[in-house]
Amino acid sequence: MRYAETGYNLEIDLSKGSIERVPTDPKLTELHLGGLGTNARIIWDRVPPDVDPLSPDNILIFSTGLLCGTPAPGANRTIVSTISPQTLFMHFSMMGGFLAPELKYAGYDKVVIKGKSPSLVYLWINNDKVEIRDATHLHGKGALETAELIRQELGEPRAQVAAIGLAGENSVYFASIEHGRSSASRGGIGAVMGSKGLKAIAVRGTKDVHVAKPERFFELCNEVLKYIEFRAKNPIKGVPPILAGIGSPQEMAIHDEEWHTTSFAWGNARHRRKGFWTKEVEESWRRSQERAVQRLVSCYNCPMKCGAIISYPALGVSRYMMKCYSKLTYVMAAMADDLDFGFSIAGLAQEYGVDGYSTPQVMAFAVELYEAGILTDADLPGFPKDNKERFFYLLEKIVRREGIGDVLAKGVYWAAREIGKGAEAFDHNTIKRHEQIPIKLGMLNPIYFVMWATGEKANITQIEGQLPQAPFPTKELREDFVKDWIQVPTGKEERFKKFVLEWGDPGTEFPFYPPIDLICELVDWQETMHYIDDSTGICAGLSSFPLKPPYHIHNLPLIISAATGLEIDEDGLWEIARRNRTLVRAVNVRRGLRRKDEKPPEDHWKKRFPEYEAKILDEYYEYKGWNKEGIPKKETLERLELDFVAQDLVRRGILEGNGEGK
Amino acid sequence: MKPEKKKKIVKTIRIDVDKCNGCRACEVVCSAFHAAPKYGNNNPGRARIRVIHEPLKNIFLPVYAGEYTAAECMGRDKYIIDGKEYDECAFCRASCPSREAFKEPDSELPLKCDMCESDPPLEKPLCVQWCLNDALVYEEREEEVDEEEEKPEDAELAVEALIDKYGFDKVSDVLARIAAAKAASKKA
Ligand code: SF4
Ligand code: SF4
Ligand code: SF4
Repeated sequence: MRYAETGYNLEIDLSKGSIERVPTDPKLTELHLGGLGTNARIIWDRVPPDVDPLSPDNILIFSTGLLCGTPAPGANRTIVSTISPQTLFMHFSMMGGFLAPELKYAGYDKVVIKGKSPSLVYLWINNDKVEIRDATHLHGKGALETAELIRQELGEPRAQVAAIGLAGENSVYFASIEHGRSSASRGGIGAVMGSKGLKAIAVRGTKDVHVAKPERFFELCNEVLKYIEFRAKNPIKGVPPILAGIGSPQEMAIHDEEWHTTSFAWGNARHRRKGFWTKEVEESWRRSQERAVQRLVSCYNCPMKCGAIISYPALGVSRYMMKCYSKLTYVMAAMADDLDFGFSIAGLAQEYGVDGYSTPQVMAFAVELYEAGILTDADLPGFPKDNKERFFYLLEKIVRREGIGDVLAKGVYWAAREIGKGAEAFDHNTIKRHEQIPIKLGMLNPIYFVMWATGEKANITQIEGQLPQAPFPTKELREDFVKDWIQVPTGKEERFKKFVLEWGDPGTEFPFYPPIDLICELVDWQETMHYIDDSTGICAGLSSFPLKPPYHIHNLPLIISAATGLEIDEDGLWEIARRNRTLVRAVNVRRGLRRKDEKPPEDHWKKRFPEYEAKILDEYYEYKGWNKEGIPKKETLERLELDFVAQDLVRRGILEGNGEGK
Repeated sequence: MKPEKKKKIVKTIRIDVDKCNGCRACEVVCSAFHAAPKYGNNNPGRARIRVIHEPLKNIFLPVYAGEYTAAECMGRDKYIIDGKEYDECAFCRASCPSREAFKEPDSELPLKCDMCESDPPLEKPLCVQWCLNDALVYEEREEEVDEEEEKPEDAELAVEALIDKYGFDKVSDVLARIAAAKAASKKA
């Protein structure tokens, strides 16, 4: 018997209309766990580097994490992996909600989709019965609306649905896949789904998911819940409220947005508004949020409430769901001072199915180009004067790919190059062709430098976490933080605690503090925790993302072992995460990723130190077992049992063989 | 004849639907608790509590599995509360032929909340323990009641459901066949 996982994948070829239920190799679970790890393996094996992301040969994988469907709290992530049309690299968006557990209960660990359907279809997975069904009547329907229509037509109110909106159908490079309160939104994963002619996936499952050591597993789950309760009563002292708790940032519950609105940049990642958060603003935003938020909601089997049901009849906004930071991204990009605007445009954007991070930035970029005379009234006929109205205008153009919207639909990087006439200079906030969180700072932060540069998904929230973002102001706060900091890896306690205790003292200023070897360890730890979550399907909000999370490097091996029956200890888990992380890099290296791509935007920090940055990057690559180009070395790959990767990279001349090649 | 008075613990779960966030942890833990071996598997389809979860209508309604019924009601209820229209039969606890709720997914045998009966008894039912948002709160009180009538056991309910589904003769045939087969295998 297979534990935690089902041992079966669904393989769908939309060109042929074929559906197969395929048993998986348990050895791959030992090597990669599941989720992102095994997704990377499938993409490495089956998607050659020259495949165009929007062609039928690209593969789109909806994967459960290894622990999804077990009672492990918050293990609910669907890990959607494919080659991104925007970055041209492997992308992996994770979404919460209810889809992954339902898929497990239906009897599958993954749905692996290739090909392209001649007409719009959706997939209906009902335990053993799997059908490809006509979706032509759903063409152009909103993502949430589609889910409702499918549930009604199937007569299955409990079916879980993930769908694309118009943006995905039109292959907008930042189209999302929407699922209730959650979405897999970054990297244009929805565009790939649209390119395959797949409107939605609906799942209903009523089978069992087994665990190997029931009593032990259950005891560990209860400890996690206890710690969640403990953290609810013990917020971290000395940090902004948005960073004090666990879960995704509690944007729906907390109205104090001083930190985001004054630390992040507005417009096209341009302006910091340090004095923005006044009493009047606070009052108006609080009112707006209280009016809009009807109820806080969770993902599957999680006591946190990171999402909300939004309804704002006074603004003509019907019900939708929101989470995290999207209430602010549009507001800040549009330089709109009222939160009502955020609630109204985000609802529309969700039905169209676009990423709440990239979309507002693309629109702010377009507004700048217009103001600079690079885009004109000929490109934007009837362009409104008011910035908020401009955003609604641009949203329509982009999702329909009308006129200049067709170019903007490719995101800032590609649009800048296609528009030309100096537009490239306005692309100042992308890494690896992907829009970044709008933040512009003064002094180089060497820890974040490494994370921004090397993160495989080019998304800072997928690599940061666990470590305070700034020094605690007082000795007492530092001591208070480290006294029960149980999440630190074995053997690092002294070093990491010492760092927190002294950080903020004279002589501990950036950029030459902390020492590079410590930077490497801190970054590697933070990133490793994310790769573990991405394979288990545990929400980063309970694990790799917040300070002092309930899941950490000490209980995760126990939980995984009790669930699966595998014997995995702390080192073993670290090794698996390293293997998965390296394999994702190898996929991208084969697609051309090199050191030149690992560059935070020029103006990300005002004060830069090119030589020192190069040195940090050299040492970090070395620490990871990569060469100067950021390519995993042959011996690193072999140590991680990725010999086949090494051989492939040598054969292609990307890596040197034994003394041969370059 | 006068029935004798007897002390009885009335166990109540107070359900505050406004606090429910739709996480379905209650379903998860209920199904795990009733698995064999205990906690050995998990399948909300087998849970004895069901969260009616329609976020876009802002409906979050945990409902507990109650008695099995062989025939559906002649009339149906449809509630509208605070302008929200609940589905037909939404508040009903019965395991009933008209719907899929509160039946084992494969056998369709009825499910019923047993307040996590176990030996030794739990301090609180598990769905309550796992509902950290306090949408489910457990309360006990003592009451004087008439002598309890005999309640049918789970097994009895299950057989009854089988009889309703397949007819008495078929079920008793099958039981006899199984008994004979068991006896034969013991001898061998
Ligand atoms: S912590 Fe928040 S985002 Fe994560 S699973 Fe729980 S409710 Fe969902
Ligand atoms: S555990 Fe509580 S909050 Fe979660 S669905 Fe059940 S009743 Fe609602
Ligand atoms: S009280 Fe126990 S048996 Fe009843 S629904 Fe809750 S967990 Fe299930």
